[in-house]
Amino acid sequence: MAKIKGAVVVNTERCKGCNLCVVACPAEVLILNKEANSKGYNFSTMANPDDCVGCAACAYVCPDACITVYKVRV
Amino acid sequence: MTTNDIINPANLVYAKAPIMNDVPMHYCPGCSHGVVHKLIAEIIGDMDMQEKTIAIAPVGCGVFAYKYLDVDWQQAAHGRAPAVATAAKRLLPDRLVFTYQGDGDLAAIGTAETIHACNRGENIAIIFINNGIYGMTGGQMAPTTLGGMKSSTSPNGRTVPLNGHPLDITKLLAQLDGTCYVTRQAVHTIAAVRKTKKAIQKAFENSMAGKGTSIVEVVSTCSSGWKMTPEASNDWMVENMFPAYPLGDLKNE
Ligand SMILES: Cc1ncc(C[n+]2csc(CCOP(=O)(O)OP(=O)(O)O)c2C)c(N)n1
Ligand code: SF4
Ligand SMILES: [Mg+2]
Repeated sequence: MAKIKGAVVVNTERCKGCNLCVVACPAEVLILNKEANSKGYNFSTMANPDDCVGCAACAYVCPDACITVYKVRV
Repeated sequence: MTTNDIINPANLVYAKAPIMNDVPMHYCPGCSHGVVHKLIAEIIGDMDMQEKTIAIAPVGCGVFAYKYLDVDWQQAAHGRAPAVATAAKRLLPDRLVFTYQGDGDLAAIGTAETIHACNRGENIAIIFINNGIYGMTGGQMAPTTLGGMKSSTSPNGRTVPLNGHPLDITKLLAQLDGTCYVTRQAVHTIAAVRKTKKAIQKAFENSMAGKGTSIVEVVSTCSSGWKMTPEASNDWMVENMFPAYPLGDLKNE
């Protein structure tokens, strides 16, 4: 059966750690990193990359256009 | 297949629209302004109108919008964006002309310009960010502030005897003969973002088709002014703002 796999790339310097992507992700892929960017924001990171389905919910709600989404059928 | 294999331009499904500049936006973390900026950038790109857009910026947190979207902008005196847009669209009718305004700008100091531009049926689109507060200046009460809502100038909550009723200006504008499309949307979920994108696109198309004034209110959060996390702000908005400002089309002609 075809399976959909996704991946996101976060622009960590642009991210303000608002957490809205973490909340929006239906697959609980994202968390805020313990490390901070140069502005002191804990940026968003894939904690469970294998669970990403590439739905782009995180990217749609991101107020700072930090998230690029990729999706592939495997 | 590894994450690195998936990250390939051939598999791209979502990226920042090219019309949005790389410069970071000054908005607070989680602010709705950013989501609406993104949508505007996407729509202008989709409509292939980058070279033919004249956007009018407000006074308020949206004042620096010209830095973030690569189209022509004119920043207006506080509340006067619809008057400036009127001039731009009348002089250059082939341009896509829209205003981008907060609730303090549009529904307080600019009430007269807003109502008269809408009543004249100027062929402009008005993007109205209603976060129920003066965000930029420190969270003061706006005409749109809800009953009971705390702000820096209503620390115990807005009361009708002292402050009057919250103003649903969008409902009022829908009564005017000059408006063709009046809708109220939000950007807190993927579904809401998609609907708002459609609404703004329709408003822009109406402007180009000369159908009259379109208003897209986006019920928004201001986590700094509301003194909540962005996530709690979204929940608070759903619970408190939506009953007072229900989402949906108020007019679609
Ligand atoms: C003539 C004038 N009066 C008052 C101000 C102060 N001022 C700046 S922004 C603002 C309110 C902005 O609120 P809103 O339009 O809701 O925008 P937001 O920041 O919430 O997005 C006010 C009163 C000003 N700049 N000019
Ligand atoms: S003060 Fe409010 S409206 Fe202004 S950028 Fe911050 S969150 Fe957004
Ligand atoms: Mg406001």
